[in-house]
Amino acid sequence: MCLGIPGELIEYLPDRPDLAKVDVSGVKRVINIGLLADDLPQPGEWVLIHVGFALSKIDEAEAAAALAFLEGIGQAYDDELAALQESRIE
Amino acid sequence: MRFVDEFRDADKARALSAKIAALCEPGRQYKLMEVCGGHTHTIYKHGLEDYLPESITLVHGPGCPVCVIPMGRVDDAMHLASADDVIMTSFGDMMRVPGSHGSFFDAKAAGTDIRMVYSPLDSLKIARQNPGKRVVFMAIGFETTAPSTAMTVLRAAAEGLENFSVFCNHVTIIPAIKAILDSPDLRLDGFIGPGHVSTVIGCQPYEFIARDYGKPVVTAGFEPLDILQSIYMLMLQVSQGRSVVENQYARVVPWDGNPVALRVIGQTMELRPFFEWRGLGFISQSALRIKPEYQRFDAEVLFEVPGVRVADPKACQCGEVLKGVLKPWECKVFGTACTPETPIGTCMVSPEGACAAYYNYGRMNRHRVPEALKVISR
Repeated sequence: MCLGIPGELIEYLPDRPDLAKVDVSGVKRVINIGLLADDLPQPGEWVLIHVGFALSKIDEAEAAAALAFLEGIGQAYDDELAALQESRIE
Repeated sequence: MRFVDEFRDADKARALSAKIAALCEPGRQYKLMEVCGGHTHTIYKHGLEDYLPESITLVHGPGCPVCVIPMGRVDDAMHLASADDVIMTSFGDMMRVPGSHGSFFDAKAAGTDIRMVYSPLDSLKIARQNPGKRVVFMAIGFETTAPSTAMTVLRAAAEGLENFSVFCNHVTIIPAIKAILDSPDLRLDGFIGPGHVSTVIGCQPYEFIARDYGKPVVTAGFEPLDILQSIYMLMLQVSQGRSVVENQYARVVPWDGNPVALRVIGQTMELRPFFEWRGLGFISQSALRIKPEYQRFDAEVLFEVPGVRVADPKACQCGEVLKGVLKPWECKVFGTACTPETPIGTCMVSPEGACAAYYNYGRMNRHRVPEALKVISR
């Protein structure tokens, strides 16, 4: 819940400017992008995601670092990914 | 993973370690608090204490949202969950936190409808799909998760949903740090500032710590070298008699935070006059509740909540651990009666809790391993 997980923005949902599909370690899910409304990320850019919301834009190097941190954390990240896998935000 | 190497270079770690040691005055002891549970995790995962001289002690702070939820609030949540037609929804982290009559997992096993969700927006979806039920979201977390609850309330309002509400337990980090600064138990020399909370609130709110208390603050990233670099920046300020707020994690944390996130929190939530924190007791203006304008989404308005204060189990010393007064291994039940599998206290429940970090990485005592100036392992 507290973990910020990096995701690569794939595309915005048609007719829903606040929702976008992202790729998190191969898991593709929809998240809310509304908290970045002042500076929207573009497809191909990376965001740090907390409980289904993009909270900040990050660069690719930071995404890799964040991912390495999470993979090192082990179970907690597996649980977070499993929870994300169950998520169906709309 | 070539990117990661720059955050884990062993030569850089050794160089920082030497620079930190050179800043220590002989005979002086230093105490630095890392506020955030994520930092505690990195410190033990990578054995960072072994890179520091014995005169520097890292003290673990209250920045683990699951750990600071008092038992009475868990009991209140259980009471809500057992009301007629209620579906309680919660982050997975909360499921094993013990109340006085067991955890959410125990209640779920006994037939109460409690569902784990990844996001409050998943909870909203459950509400849409179950119009005959009342769906309550157990909202916990610091400023990192409060904006998502706020956005979800706004979404529910926009959709006109009538069967969704929030049991709001969001807490704010600044009053907790102030309570620690005002506590006579502990004399600290500086703070490693939280990373993700600061992406929302920015660095400016920490300025009183430097200005009014004369303690330096460095907001830090989560990689091993981030933390060593932040300790170096803190020690440099201490050695020069300076105290300012610095941002080591500027690649993610903007100085002014996330203005949209702050705006939606302000739109939907307001400060409570006081709130009980596990271990820290009642702290004034330290938590958020739903604003009256949105009270149709406030579970505390819609339902009767007992609000009974429950004392922690006697054997558990999470309070002292959360204040940094005790190290986890000094607690009587650490690693014996209290383990991640059968936690008594909250610090053992969350992977970000100090006790769980110590336990998982085999830190059972105070000995450091000086020869461990080794390659920082993955």
